[in-house]
Amino acid sequence: MTIGDNVTPMDASGAYLGSGDLPQRKPPVTSRGLVAWVRDNLFSSIPNTIMTLLGFWILWEITPPILDFLIFDAVWEGSGRDACLESVRNAPVGACWAFVKVRLGYFFYGQYPIDERWRVDTVWAMGAIGVVWLLWPRVPYKNWGSLYFFLIFPVVAFFLLVGTPAFNLQKVPTNLWGGVLVTLVISTVGIVFSLPLGVLLALGRRSKLPLVRLFSVIFIEFVRGVPLITVLFMANVMLPLFLPDGWRPDSLIRVLVGIALFASAYMAEIVRGGLQAIGRGQYEGAQSLGLGYWQMMVLIILPQALKIVIPNIVNTFIGLFKDTTLVSIVGIFDFLKTIEASFVDPRWATPVTRATGYAFAAIFYFIFCWGMSQYSQWMERKLATGHKR
Amino acid sequence: MTTEAADKGAPRVSPLYDPKVRGIAYQVVLALIILFVVYEATTNAIENLRAAKIASGFGFWSVEAGFDINQKLIPFSSTGGSTYGDAFLVGLLNTLLVAFIGIILATILGFVIGIARLSNNWIIAKLSMVYVEVIRNTPLLLQLLFWYNAVLKPLPDPRNSLSLFGAIFLNNRGVVMPSPVPGPNFDWTWIASLVAIAIWIGLSYFARKQQAATGKRFPANLIGFGLFIILPLIAYWAAGSPLSFEYPKQSRFNLTGGMQIYPEFVALLVGLTIYTAGFIAENVRAGILAVSKGQSEAAHALGLSNGQTLRLIVVPQAMRVIIPPLTSQYLNLTKNSSLAVAIGYPDLVQVFTGTVLNQTGQAVEVIAITMLVYLTISLTTSFFMNIYNSRMALVER
Repeated sequence: MTIGDNVTPMDASGAYLGSGDLPQRKPPVTSRGLVAWVRDNLFSSIPNTIMTLLGFWILWEITPPILDFLIFDAVWEGSGRDACLESVRNAPVGACWAFVKVRLGYFFYGQYPIDERWRVDTVWAMGAIGVVWLLWPRVPYKNWGSLYFFLIFPVVAFFLLVGTPAFNLQKVPTNLWGGVLVTLVISTVGIVFSLPLGVLLALGRRSKLPLVRLFSVIFIEFVRGVPLITVLFMANVMLPLFLPDGWRPDSLIRVLVGIALFASAYMAEIVRGGLQAIGRGQYEGAQSLGLGYWQMMVLIILPQALKIVIPNIVNTFIGLFKDTTLVSIVGIFDFLKTIEASFVDPRWATPVTRATGYAFAAIFYFIFCWGMSQYSQWMERKLATGHKR
Repeated sequence: MTTEAADKGAPRVSPLYDPKVRGIAYQVVLALIILFVVYEATTNAIENLRAAKIASGFGFWSVEAGFDINQKLIPFSSTGGSTYGDAFLVGLLNTLLVAFIGIILATILGFVIGIARLSNNWIIAKLSMVYVEVIRNTPLLLQLLFWYNAVLKPLPDPRNSLSLFGAIFLNNRGVVMPSPVPGPNFDWTWIASLVAIAIWIGLSYFARKQQAATGKRFPANLIGFGLFIILPLIAYWAAGSPLSFEYPKQSRFNLTGGMQIYPEFVALLVGLTIYTAGFIAENVRAGILAVSKGQSEAAHALGLSNGQTLRLIVVPQAMRVIIPPLTSQYLNLTKNSSLAVAIGYPDLVQVFTGTVLNQTGQAVEVIAITMLVYLTISLTTSFFMNIYNSRMALVER
């Protein structure tokens, strides 16, 4: 409109040129500070304003009840169900944290003998050292770190947790293990075994030998095509059938075998992705140096391939960590199962007990998984420099 | 030395170092190991089964099953001579039912949240982010138990059901809704909808041809949708409104009549939908971000509106990135529906790998069949999605 007034057609080709000045526009009210930010991000248009109001309404509906439940109405101290009963307290009752407090030992160690729990603590500390060593890029001697985490730590942890008369450690059968201990044991065993197995399967899938390739492809596709729960059922019910008469692996071992095989198929696909991302030149360079297959893989290809896929490995581990909850279905007392089991305790039977237990479990899993995903994103950003296409 | 070797042509090496010989040797060793493991496992299994006096083979398939299943899509009863084979079918159909509905709902919710995460609106974007982070970082099993035990179970018992408009009742035994009872001429409504869909397809084909030939756009979708609504309504009215509803009635202890949806189904559906939507949202977000900004800028420069840009330029290109991970999310949802066993929804795993396995004891056969079913679903889905995928990819120039 305004433009049309001072624009005249110049030639037959239909090009237009202005013949006068455009009217001055008003400066924006403000383009910095809180007000401008609110205008731009929350109220820039009518639909946007409606969305903002909807967002505030959702927040208004969701946040106060959650905060009331978790913090303001929560019961922090108490020794029995009376502490968390609305009728006894004459006040709204939120989460019954007193119940979690009393049960914390059970949630973390299961029925592991109280006098022996220092062994579990030692294993956790050792595991934490290994994890930091491997995952914190600044810490040197990664090779020794891998040796420690994938060889020394599992062996020492095994003898510490199971117990051995040689070091005067009392035997603790696995049916007494439970809680966070079992969750961490299963996920650690899953990662420690699935990584080497997954590398082998990935190499097998890219191998030139047809039989090796066929075997790897069938294994990977089969395992990835079925739900974990059927693998666990298989490990739990069928494994004892397939073994000779005298061999009766205890139920934790069976589940560990199932989880390790399951995770290795997923790991194999991730490692394969890493292998495919390595340029041909690396293979050819290694071969021209006269390296054999295994030398080439171990010294040249795998270090690069595995480094690229660290974020994906961590993501798989998050999935594995969440999936460990499924073992409760085949009767292993993992963290979630110990919480479920505590609900039947009549001393703590209140209407809020279940919700409290689930909230505690959710917070626990969230902290672990979210922490790991933040790590993997951080690592991704770190690795992205120089690798970006 | 080197010249000497070169003179003789290819250097003679010991067969020990010949890659071909080595390759064959490795494969023979692998084959022997596999054969040995399979042989050992089979003989042990036969031995163990004989010792435990468990029958083998698939004879149990036609043996009468002595249990009942509450939710069933085909007739099944412990007294009506239903077999373990029927139980398998009931479980399989229940799995497919929850997976099918779950996939549809999770796709809708996932797309909404994925797009919302990219919204210019700060609060909507942050709310979606919180949803995605919380849902993705807690185990599905925990979420299912939460929905079932902490949300649906504490609902009032049937006598004190919460009611919506006096027609839909909510209690701890599920949702009870009025069930539609089609009258004698109700089939005409179905036929009318089918006709409308056929016309809609024909119209959009015609519209595409016309636009390619003349550049004129014909509002095929608008007219098609209108017909899809109007035609069945006319048929329904012309047939004399032959649909009535049977309302649930409050009796002494329970609600009778109507259509009941079991709480196990609701919990599983809600859990799977919300969980998978979190993952789909991330795929959608990644897919949309993968379309470079230049594409939408170019579309705007051509004079396309925001909606047209999204529909004609961004979404088709984003779909190419979204579909492969979307497929694997669908498969994950189907496989995750096996967690039904934890809350007692009678899916394939709960009915077959649970009850049937316990009653027959035939672990090998039952678990093998179950795995085969999931494997078939997985492989078929990825087969079809691969076809679709290659068709999408061909568009790329």
